[in-house]
Amino acid sequence: MNTNQAATTSRRSLFARLSATVTGAALLAACGGDAEPAKAPAAPPIAAKAEPTKAPAAVPTTSAAAAPTTAPAPASSGAVAITGAFDGEAKTLTGAGATFPAALYSKYFNEYNKLTKVEVNYQSIGSGGGIKAISDQTADFGATDSPMTDAQLKEAKGGEILHIPMALGAVVATYNIPGLETTKLRFTGETLAGIFLGTITKWNDPKIAADNAGVKLPTEDIVSVHRSDGSGTSFVFTDYLSSVSAEWKAKVGASTTVNWPGGVGGKGNEGVAGEVKQTPFSIGYVELIYAVQNKLGVGLIKNKVGQFVEPNLAGVTAAATAAAGKVAPDLRVSIVDQDGATTYPISSFTWILAYKQMTDAAKATALTRLLWWGTHEAQKFNGDLGYAPLPAEIVSKGEAMIKSITGAGKPAFPGK
Amino acid sequence: MTTRNAEDEIAPPASWDVQGSPKFARSSGVGADDVFKWLVYTTAFAVPAVLVALFVLLVIDAWPALARFGLGFVTSSNWDNVKQQFGTLPYIYGTVVTSLLALLIATPVGVGAAIFVTEYAPRPLRVPVSFTIELLAAIPSIIFGLWGFFALTPIMRSTVEPFMKSVVGPLPVIGGLFQGPSVGKDLFTGGVILSIMILPTIVSISREVLLAVPTMQREGMLALGATRWEAIREAVIPYARVGIAGAAILGLARALGETMAVTMVIGNSSRKITGTLLTPGYTMASAIANQFTEADNPLYFSAIVGVAALLLVVSAIVNIAARLMIWQISRGGAEGGNRG
Amino acid sequence: MADTGTLPYKASPVSPLAPDRRYLARKFHGRFMAGLITVAALVGVSVLWLILGYVIVRGAPAINLDFFTQRPLPYGEVGGGIAPSITGTLLILAVAALIGVPVGLGCGIYLAEYGRGSVVEVIRFCSDLVAGVPSIVVGVFVWALLVRHVVGNFSGIAGAVSLAIIMIPIIVRTVEAVLLLVPYTLREAALALGVPKWRVVISVVLPSAKAGIITGLVLAIARAGGETAPLLLTTLGNQFFSWNLLEPIGAIPIQLYNYAVAPYPDWHTKAWGAALVLISVIGVLSTLARVATWGQSR
Repeated sequence: MNTNQAATTSRRSLFARLSATVTGAALLAACGGDAEPAKAPAAPPIAAKAEPTKAPAAVPTTSAAAAPTTAPAPASSGAVAITGAFDGEAKTLTGAGATFPAALYSKYFNEYNKLTKVEVNYQSIGSGGGIKAISDQTADFGATDSPMTDAQLKEAKGGEILHIPMALGAVVATYNIPGLETTKLRFTGETLAGIFLGTITKWNDPKIAADNAGVKLPTEDIVSVHRSDGSGTSFVFTDYLSSVSAEWKAKVGASTTVNWPGGVGGKGNEGVAGEVKQTPFSIGYVELIYAVQNKLGVGLIKNKVGQFVEPNLAGVTAAATAAAGKVAPDLRVSIVDQDGATTYPISSFTWILAYKQMTDAAKATALTRLLWWGTHEAQKFNGDLGYAPLPAEIVSKGEAMIKSITGAGKPAFPGK
Repeated sequence: MTTRNAEDEIAPPASWDVQGSPKFARSSGVGADDVFKWLVYTTAFAVPAVLVALFVLLVIDAWPALARFGLGFVTSSNWDNVKQQFGTLPYIYGTVVTSLLALLIATPVGVGAAIFVTEYAPRPLRVPVSFTIELLAAIPSIIFGLWGFFALTPIMRSTVEPFMKSVVGPLPVIGGLFQGPSVGKDLFTGGVILSIMILPTIVSISREVLLAVPTMQREGMLALGATRWEAIREAVIPYARVGIAGAAILGLARALGETMAVTMVIGNSSRKITGTLLTPGYTMASAIANQFTEADNPLYFSAIVGVAALLLVVSAIVNIAARLMIWQISRGGAEGGNRG
Repeated sequence: MADTGTLPYKASPVSPLAPDRRYLARKFHGRFMAGLITVAALVGVSVLWLILGYVIVRGAPAINLDFFTQRPLPYGEVGGGIAPSITGTLLILAVAALIGVPVGLGCGIYLAEYGRGSVVEVIRFCSDLVAGVPSIVVGVFVWALLVRHVVGNFSGIAGAVSLAIIMIPIIVRTVEAVLLLVPYTLREAALALGVPKWRVVISVVLPSAKAGIITGLVLAIARAGGETAPLLLTTLGNQFFSWNLLEPIGAIPIQLYNYAVAPYPDWHTKAWGAALVLISVIGVLSTLARVATWGQSR
């Protein structure tokens, strides 16, 4: 009898077992969960001692000496200031996109929430995601460090898209070499291109050694870390590599997503910084703040005039100033590899993308006020987080753009 | 040996109808029975509808890329947004390699654990051991990913991979699997994390299959003077072979579609295909997770949806194969123990 | 059920002959294989405790009251929690259950009580196939259907629908299995009293199978609660509290992922904390199911 039953396990019960198995597992999970959160030993406040609790500590010392030309422009905007909540504006906004300014935006939007009670949900999914989200109208605004191409602008479902600059930042070569934590390595565009192309594979390669006399470079293999998602940071970096290396331009090119010849991919600036931090003998490229916050090595890059420049606000601002004359009316502009002795060559604007004609008036009002606040009052947060404030002429161009946004056919910005 | 189908005893016929039901008994009105029936029918047909909608919608969105690249979509290894060329071979390769590696690790361990539970373990240990292993199935993928990201990859990079390189690396042929720098985030680690994730599937199904092996099989061998292991090897495993293979393939099906855990440890890089396991890669699922929301031009988007459609088809085929095999062993069991 | 444990496995071959070399070799081989098999079981068991141990030890420091009541703060500010993700996960799961449970239950009832012939086979087969669809593919599907078109933006409802699709086949499978275990005589008895079929199903069959059904439902919900990939594509996440299903909503797995891949040690601790919360939620759900079904099982 026993034998018979064992032999007659029906296939239904076998399938049922399959699910029942998981049930059993889930049941036991309850036992595993005896470290119930509420009963956990009196948890001390999260140990933050390893972390800079105030951002200034995280900023490179040189940034304190940011060039005077970086003085932001709010004074010029006169009486227009966002001071609190506004009747008739939407209370929530959704944005998605670039991770490059995510650290800055999370600060902005947290402060803005305190000021106006508007909840701006920003998810840093990458510039490619920001462009896609605004094109598909799946978010209220997008964010990118890679200006949209003409083709992409044409694809957008909701009409004309505006690029409103919010800040300037630097993409830095960041590395993790045990023993050389405090050494500032020097790189030229060609060596960086070689590393990411896979033609330079060892840290003690003569090409790297040539620029770093006196540094004892390890013999280890280089692990290059790049972005796995569509990324404005990648665009800025590959844009730079394309402009300094013919081989890079021919083999890989510049885009938010390129066909990387080698290396490890990390998702987001956070992901790349995380990978570099986790992986000895690795090198990656991230927005300045991500390298500084993580106490990772930051390389000096040789600029167009032959100087090795440390990435800092002054260098970025110098790049913006050098490129100022070339800024197109729609503010889409690349500022990599600009002239100037102090210019940091891998610099970029970062933009918020918004539709010029928005259908939802309440959201349009909320968004224009947010953008106005962001390009004026909020600029004071930039320096502390390693981003350069916008030059005055860019701010005034941005003002015109913000004022041109309409909600349901009417001008959206209430002027306060 | 005559056997009867267990279903005959406990289960109703495939359908039961109340044809003879007297009308006066329907106290709740004439329509109630029909209304309920149609509600049930609607929900039942919602399931195939979802499946069809899923497939159709994916194929429609994937069509531009499929039409443009044709067979090249699966045979080209060039995935290049700049040049608008999309070939998914590296993703297929990554999926196949990590899944097979996972099977290679998880099948012996899983079947071993199932044999332990059914054949060796002292009675009080049986339920706790199988429950504990199957509990793994309740842990969300993202937590495997978290653990893999912070706990597994450093060990892989600093210890396991250098060890494999020094021990297996110099060997001919298979040594080629362990070449290059130890990154920690690579196909090898992806396979290892997957092997842990499919372990509960393999253990639970193997256990069921082994329990379905008639006791007579073992008794016969033991009576002939075989050791316990010989009885298992000669009488139990051959009998359960097809079912165990089904278990492994069901594990494979799970491995193919795993996303978050793999994404966090595989390195996410579509570098060209090389023989070594110590290279960052992509699986189809991790490529979708990384690139789907980012596909900022129509052809790129279409290509990514094409990867999803491909993954859907492949996992469907593998699932069907696995279920057929398990179904066969179950039915085989019902027919009586005349194998092996 | 056959119980192999009572079989005379341990009976050593009673032989008048002295153990010869071949016998010893076989015996050794048997012991060796037994050792290997025990090791396999040990590996399987220890992996679980290793992972759970990691989550508990590294997650515990993140757990405090703020973790459950505050929203995430920007990097550099101390404190903050994952409260919007917890409420978001509960909301999304509730809505997903609202969609998935009736469909799954109905389909299970159909398979066990109404369907006949090859239609049953086809629907069961489809349900199995849906169960095998990778969750990321479900996410792509729901994005294409709801995020892009019907709703028009990343939204909680899209996440709920994708989780419902993941729940349905699990529910179908369990419900069908437990309904088939209800003795047919019960149905006959009810029918004999003149009860219409739908009343038989609702008042006789379902109550008899209550324990199993609830277990199946909770299992499905617990499984869906840990899903991450489809949510990344559909609900996007939200660091603020949100109850609007047509807008992005936070979820624990998304917050966990964002915290985990960030380069800040403090956020890593929070990621482990979120993992601990997630595992606990799943554990609590399972315990509830157990409590609910405890009386039934005897």
